[in-house]
Amino acid sequence: MKLPVYLDYSATTPVDPRVAEKMIPFLTENFGNPASRSHSFGWTAEKAVEEAREEVARLVNADPREIIWTSGATESNNLAIKGAAHFYETKGRHLITLKTEHKAVLDTMRELEAQGFEVTYLDPKPDGLLDFQAFREAFRADTSLVSIMHVNNEIGVIQDIAAIGALCRERGVIFHVDAAQSTGKVAIDLAKLPVDLMSFSAHKTYGPKGIGALYVRRKPRIRLKAMMHGGGHERGLRSGTLATHQIVGMGEAFRIAREEMAAESSRIRALRDRLLAGIADIEEVYINGDLEQRVPHNLNASFNYVEGESLMMAIKDLAVSSGSACTSSSLEPSYVLRALGRSDELAHSSIRFSIGRYTTEADVDFAISLIHKAVERLRDISPLWEMYKDGIDISSVQWAAAAH
Amino acid sequence: MIYFDHNATTPLDERVREAMEPYLSRLYGNASNLYRLGRVCRGAVEAAREQVAALVGAEPAEVTFTSGGTESNNLAIKGLAFSMRPGTVAVGATEHPAVSAPAAFLRTMGWRVETLSAGADGDIVAEQLDRFKPGGLSFASVMWANNETGAISDIPKIAGAVRERGGLLHTDAVQAAGKVPVDFHRSGVHLMSLSAHKIFGPKGAGALICDPAVSLVPLLHGGGQERGLRGGTENVPAIVGFGKAAELARSALDERSRHTRQLRERLEQGLAAMPGITLFAEHGARLPNTVQFALHGYDGEMLVMTLDRAGFAVSSGSACGSGVDEPSPVLLAMGVEPAVAKGAVRVSLGPANSGQEVDQFLAALQQFAAQTGAEHWPRAASA
Repeated sequence: MKLPVYLDYSATTPVDPRVAEKMIPFLTENFGNPASRSHSFGWTAEKAVEEAREEVARLVNADPREIIWTSGATESNNLAIKGAAHFYETKGRHLITLKTEHKAVLDTMRELEAQGFEVTYLDPKPDGLLDFQAFREAFRADTSLVSIMHVNNEIGVIQDIAAIGALCRERGVIFHVDAAQSTGKVAIDLAKLPVDLMSFSAHKTYGPKGIGALYVRRKPRIRLKAMMHGGGHERGLRSGTLATHQIVGMGEAFRIAREEMAAESSRIRALRDRLLAGIADIEEVYINGDLEQRVPHNLNASFNYVEGESLMMAIKDLAVSSGSACTSSSLEPSYVLRALGRSDELAHSSIRFSIGRYTTEADVDFAISLIHKAVERLRDISPLWEMYKDGIDISSVQWAAAAH
Repeated sequence: MIYFDHNATTPLDERVREAMEPYLSRLYGNASNLYRLGRVCRGAVEAAREQVAALVGAEPAEVTFTSGGTESNNLAIKGLAFSMRPGTVAVGATEHPAVSAPAAFLRTMGWRVETLSAGADGDIVAEQLDRFKPGGLSFASVMWANNETGAISDIPKIAGAVRERGGLLHTDAVQAAGKVPVDFHRSGVHLMSLSAHKIFGPKGAGALICDPAVSLVPLLHGGGQERGLRGGTENVPAIVGFGKAAELARSALDERSRHTRQLRERLEQGLAAMPGITLFAEHGARLPNTVQFALHGYDGEMLVMTLDRAGFAVSSGSACGSGVDEPSPVLLAMGVEPAVAKGAVRVSLGPANSGQEVDQFLAALQQFAAQTGAEHWPRAASA
C-alpha cells in the first residue's frame, strides 16, 4: 500500500487519468487562444471549449448557454453573490445565508456587509441541516438573495435545495447554491430545481484545479454585474483568456461523473459504512452531521478526550483533515462544527474522512486500525481521559488555572 | 501551419509541460493542507513564486498568483480604487480592454477617468502627466508594451512623473515580460500584471506584483489564500508551469530577443519593398517580435482569413477584440485613419519561427497581392 493513504477527496481530488489524457493535447499542439477568430488554432480551441460547456451543462441538465467559465468555485461564488447583490441593489440590500457555508461565501458576505448590505447568518440545526422555521422568519421585504450550499464540505450533509428554492421563488428572492461538493455525488436537475445561480468546481470532481463554472439561469433570466472586466469573454460576464486545457478537463471530468456517479456512489457508500463500523466501537466517538441526508463520501467524527493536533500527528500516514483545507492551516476549531453546537473540545478533536474514486477496502482497513491505535495511545497518556474513566464530570471541575 | 500569433497566446514549452505533469497526476494535493502531499504542493507554489519574481526583479513576497492577466489587471485597478476614496485615475489610450474596461467601470463608482494620449508611434510619454497637479492623481495605469503594435512606453519615466504627483502606477507588463528586460523595483511602478500563457506557460495562471506598502481590496474573497489577497484553491500545476516558463524566459531573454528581432527586420525589409504597405509604430521603441502593418485597399479581417488558408496564423489585432468588425481602437488612438486601421494585420513572432517561414509569408503576401491587387494599387497610392 502506498502511504500516506489519501482520504481527503473533499479538499481536492486527483485528476482522473482519462481527464489528463484529454487535456494534454490542448496543452501542447492545440494551444490556440479560443478568442482568436482568425485562424484554425483558435477555432480548434473554441470548439473544444463549447463541447466541454455542453458536458458541464448535461451533468446538471442545464442549457450550455447558462454555463459561464470561471477560475474555480471561489470565483463562481464571488461572482454569483456580489454580481447579483449589486445588480439587484435597488430591490433590496438584505441577504440570507447559513453559518456553515464555505469561506468563499462567508467572506464574500462580509465584504458586502462592509459595503452596506445586511446579512442574516442562520444557525443550522445540530444535525447540520437548515432550520426551515428560522429560514422562513429570516425573509424581509428587502431580501434580494439567499445563498445556501448543496453539500457541506466538512460534514457532507445535503441541504434540501428544492424546498429552499421553492420558498425563495414564492418571495421573488434569488437563490444561489454552492454545489462545489455535490457534482458527481448527488444528481442535480436544474430544469426542475428552483435554483437561479449554482457554483461548480472541477478539482473536487477529478478535474483540474484552476477551473470552475457558474450556472446563470436564463428563464427567468438572472442578471449579474461582472466582476472581471476586459475583452468581453463569456458574454461579458467574465473576461479573461479561457484556459482551454482546464476547460476540456472539466468537461471530461463532468462527463465521467454523469456516467459513473450511480455505480461509484454505491461502492463508496459500502466503504464509508465499513469505516463507520470500524470506528464505532471506540468509546466517546461522535459523528458530526446527519447520517441519512448526507453524501456517502464523507465521514466526520470527533474523538473525545483526544487532542486534535496530537491525533493528526499520530495518524500522519493518513492524509485527512480537521476542518476544510482552506482553514486547516489554522489551529482554530472548525467553525462548522461550532455552528452545530459542538463544544470547542469536540470540534478540536474532529477528523474529516472523505472517500473517493481510488479508495480501496484495504485503505479503509488501514485507517481503522491506525485510528484505533492512535486514539488508544493518546488516551493512555491523557489525564482528562483518566478523570473521565474515574467518573469525574470534567465540565463541572473548577480549574485552579482559571485564576490566571 | 506556421504560427505567427505569439501575442495572442504561445505554445507550451516542452520543459514547462514536463514540470507541470507531476502536479496534474501524482502530486494532486491542495496546497493549503498540512500533510505531506499538501506541503509538497505548497513548496512547489513557493518555488514558482521565486521564479516569477526573478523574471521581473521583484521579491517573492510581492507576487500574488491569479487566474491570468485579466484578473491581475482587474485586481490592480479595482483593488486600488476600492481601497481609497474616489478620485482621479489616468489610463493610457492604448490599454488592453482588461485595463480600459475596469477603468470605465470606476467611472460608475464616482471616479474621474482621464486618458493619456498616445503618440504617432503608439507610446505614452511622461509629459502626458503634466496636466495633473501634485495630489491631483490617485493612480495611473500605463502598459509597458502594447499587444497590437508592440509599442513600448518609458515606464520608469512615467513612474517618476506619477510619483512626483503623489500617485501610484500600475503597468500591464503581460506583453513585455519575457520579451524585453522588465525590472519591477528599478522601474518604480507600484503594481505590475503578468500572464503565463504569453511566455510559453499554461493558460489559467497570472500574477500581480504589488509593492508591500500599497493596500489592495481583494477581488476574490474566501479561503484567505495568497495572504488574503486572492481567495481560491491554488492552481498548482499552472503555477508550477508559470514558474518554469518564467525561469526559461529569464535565461533565454537575450537569445529570444535577438532571434525575433532578426526575423522582424527581415519581415519589415520585405514588407517595405512591397507597394501599399504601412508599418505601424515604425519609428518608436517596440517589442522585438511584433510587426503590425496594413496593405492598403485590403480589409485586415479578410486578409488574415486568406493568410490562414495559405497556412499562416496571424491576427488583425488583439485576440480579445477579434471578431469585432471595427477598426482597432489602439490604431485610432495613434491617429491612424480608420480606413487604414481596418487593414491592420499583426504578425507576432516566436523563438521557434525561422527566416524561411518569414520568407514564405512574404512570398504568400506578394502572390496574393499580385493575383488580386492590380486594381487596388492606384487606390492604395492615393490613400
